[in-house]
Amino acid sequence: MSFPILSFLTFFPLVGVIFILLRRGSDEVVERSSKNISVLVSVINFIVSLFLWSKFDTVNSNFQFVEETQWIKNFVSYKMGIDGISIFLVLLTTFISPLCIFAAINSLKKRIKEFLITILIMQTFMIGVFCALDLFLFFLFFEGGLIPMFLIIGIWGGERRVYSALKFFLYTFLGSIFMLIAIIAIYWNMNTLDLVKLMGLKIPENLQYWMWFGFFISLAVKLPMWPFHTWLPDAHVEAPTPGSVILAAILLKISGYGFIRFSLGLFPIASHYFANFVFVLSIIAIIYASLVALMQTDMKKLIAYSSVAHMGYVTIGIFSFTKQGIDGAIFQMISHGLISSSLFLCVGVLYDRVHSRLIEDYSGIVNIMPKFALVFVFSSLANIGLPGTSGFVGEFLTLIGTFKVNYIVSILAATGVILSAAYSLWLCKRVVFGEFKVNYQGEKLLDLDVTEIFILFMLMILTIVFGVYPNLILDSISSSVDLVVKNMRVIK
Amino acid sequence: MKNIIPELFILLSSFSLLIAGVFFKNFNKIINYIIVILLAALIFVIYFNFTTSVTLFGNSYTIDPLSNFMKMLVLISVLFTMLISNSYLERLNIAKFEYPIILLLSTLGMFVMISANNLIVFYLGLELQSLCLYVLAAINTKSLKSSEAGLKYFVLGSLSSGLLLYGCSLVYGFTGSVDYSVIAKVAMEQSGALKFGLVFILCGIAFKISAVPFHMWAPDVYEGSPTSVTTFFAMAPKVAAIAALIKFLNVPYANFINEWRPIIIVLSIASMFLGAVAAIGQSNLKRLMAYSSIGHVGFILAGLAIATPQSLSAVLVYIVIYVFMNIGVFACIMSLNRNGVYFENISDLSGLSKHHPLIAICLTILTFSLAGIPPLAGFFAKFYIFLAIIQQKIYYLAVVGLLSAVIAAFYYLRIIKVIYFDAAKESYDKNSSYGLKFSLIVSTVIILFYFIDPSSLNIIVENITKNIK
Repeated sequence: MSFPILSFLTFFPLVGVIFILLRRGSDEVVERSSKNISVLVSVINFIVSLFLWSKFDTVNSNFQFVEETQWIKNFVSYKMGIDGISIFLVLLTTFISPLCIFAAINSLKKRIKEFLITILIMQTFMIGVFCALDLFLFFLFFEGGLIPMFLIIGIWGGERRVYSALKFFLYTFLGSIFMLIAIIAIYWNMNTLDLVKLMGLKIPENLQYWMWFGFFISLAVKLPMWPFHTWLPDAHVEAPTPGSVILAAILLKISGYGFIRFSLGLFPIASHYFANFVFVLSIIAIIYASLVALMQTDMKKLIAYSSVAHMGYVTIGIFSFTKQGIDGAIFQMISHGLISSSLFLCVGVLYDRVHSRLIEDYSGIVNIMPKFALVFVFSSLANIGLPGTSGFVGEFLTLIGTFKVNYIVSILAATGVILSAAYSLWLCKRVVFGEFKVNYQGEKLLDLDVTEIFILFMLMILTIVFGVYPNLILDSISSSVDLVVKNMRVIK
Repeated sequence: MKNIIPELFILLSSFSLLIAGVFFKNFNKIINYIIVILLAALIFVIYFNFTTSVTLFGNSYTIDPLSNFMKMLVLISVLFTMLISNSYLERLNIAKFEYPIILLLSTLGMFVMISANNLIVFYLGLELQSLCLYVLAAINTKSLKSSEAGLKYFVLGSLSSGLLLYGCSLVYGFTGSVDYSVIAKVAMEQSGALKFGLVFILCGIAFKISAVPFHMWAPDVYEGSPTSVTTFFAMAPKVAAIAALIKFLNVPYANFINEWRPIIIVLSIASMFLGAVAAIGQSNLKRLMAYSSIGHVGFILAGLAIATPQSLSAVLVYIVIYVFMNIGVFACIMSLNRNGVYFENISDLSGLSKHHPLIAICLTILTFSLAGIPPLAGFFAKFYIFLAIIQQKIYYLAVVGLLSAVIAAFYYLRIIKVIYFDAAKESYDKNSSYGLKFSLIVSTVIILFYFIDPSSLNIIVENITKNIK
């Protein structure tokens, strides 16, 4: 048996946690070593994941690096594996996590050791979600991630953190129980929870509909889709910056991944049946969330609503069942992971200095913080989908893919691009440009320090690289997406 | 003779300890250690004779894997209760040497109850354990609340025992026997009249496991009794009563499944729901645990109502995990003391994360597990139950169960909120009791790492349940 690289990626952060917990000494020493350990662990994890990518066979559409051992006897196997759909989400996770850890070390003031432990545990759950090839295992990682996120929002959050943390937890928990019922029903009907086997078997049509719905509710809450989105702005606003980044960059992607993997992979008939329903919800999400974003006075809330809108493109792309659409959806997930992270980090930079997230408290930042202004304007433009940035590729591909299937949806979704330009540019205009005026109690308004420059420029560079050369991603995912599309076409 | 060594051993040792207690002064200091060692030895005795399956005393007493399993569980609960409560009893000055002896006698009653194969033996066991429990609830004679709890428990408990005895007499009247196997035989032929007995007996047992609507006593008794006794209440009597219930429903009344299933389902739904809703308003941790245990009993009853081998396995797994979660949580509650005063309000938990990070982490893990969040053991417990329910396509039961799990998550999260999110209060005494720390860590480790190897427990349990019917 070869080296279990996926299990290593998944559980290596936990090794880091153990090391941190074992450190003894004065508080200062422990804090310093916990910072070192967590940085080391997350960077090693990133390097290992790059290695994984280099070994990844782009022609092969099957699952690769598969590991399988029996776990619960006669019932659940511990099965991990990745294909083109999940590899970039794993890479995104391993890339964003060290950045979050840097950001946390740089900006967080209290209980830094505990925070790093929680982030590392979170990382385990997130990588596990994308690698799990058994429904039960997937659910375990999916649901288990609630605990660290709840603690991140609740302990390190803002003023209304308790409310937001509870809302986040209960909302997601309520959603996921429907998935649990569906998973159990799949087990009793198909006698296996192994994803690979299930994809080969055909789930009876009459069962598909309500099983699809069980998964849908749970994933739609997590995505979040339009009527289930209300927890997201609260959670984002109250979470500390690294928490917001993880939430936006990775947690929201779990649902997009889940839709491709489960809704399309296991319930193709039901997916066709409900496609228009998803389109309607997504269109509402795009237009409504964009309009709401336009009216926000809180920067984090604005970005949160913009996330809801951008995730609308993801669902539209997925449920168009075309190659371009699904390619675009995956691309959009990666690109949104980078762009929203950098936007949240920008807001975090301002918040650390001024302790306000309100737009009206800022004006003309560019006069004092030129480097910051560069990054902020760039990220906003990427958020709009400026050609040359990764945001453009994702949105463009999903719109092309959807146009083939249903041009009305495509046209309506395209209005979201205009609206996103409106709220993003308006935000830039109010915060970055104009006469310098800042309503702050902090010491001095300093420009980005070295760590912040490092984090934000990393994100910026990747945004440009993926925008200019999208094949870097598209080549690797192509064969797996082909398989999904073929699968869907056969059913139709 | 060889097969009832555990029972004889408990009986003789409790008598001899009683006599020794009269003659030696300061006996209460060492008696706890003696009993802990004794119980640990007994667990091994039962473990080595695990697979024996015999009936004794004219078919009125059975020893089989199920009873051995439940007895071990009772012993574990008692053992950990003793370990946890050592320092607590000393601080509250109720460390009388009678206390552990009553505990032992109550354990004996539970053993009899678990092994009973005959209504009279069952009733005798039940009464022996109940009487001891009444005394235990009121053992803190200086506290008004404790006396109130004891009295309340006694009055309501006797009422339920009366109902149960009435049910037994009805069954005897209709079948002419108190023997389970004879009842089962008669039940094959006639059906109607036996139902009356069934209902009364079920009421009696439902009272003992505090299933809604027979739960009224639980919050008051949990709150009023000394915490060490509450710990005991939350675990051992429930294990015993559920063991008896499993046997009662699946041996003499196996044919009546269509009659008793709706009753158990109603009890289960009511318990799950009330356990979740009523706990929200509580501010006392022990009351909260009372409602929490009502909720958990609801899940256990849901598994019992299905009555397939899978669901019974799920029930057994659930009880094991339930016992360990309770050990941990009560160990946390008992470590909240400052200068000899024990605190038991939820708001007293604030500051744990700052001053006692270990206890805070353990309690957090246990609470998430109680709420049923993966990958902790509590999730697996609930998951197996739902697996069994959905296999039988009783979807409404699964939906109610899951919804109440979500509602219950709210009040469990509130505990974590107080631990981590609220402003810290002053710290508690550093606890020096090794027993308490040991129990806390053992239970947390079991709950946290259960997911690594869930199968071994499943295999043991499946071997037990496939022979029940």
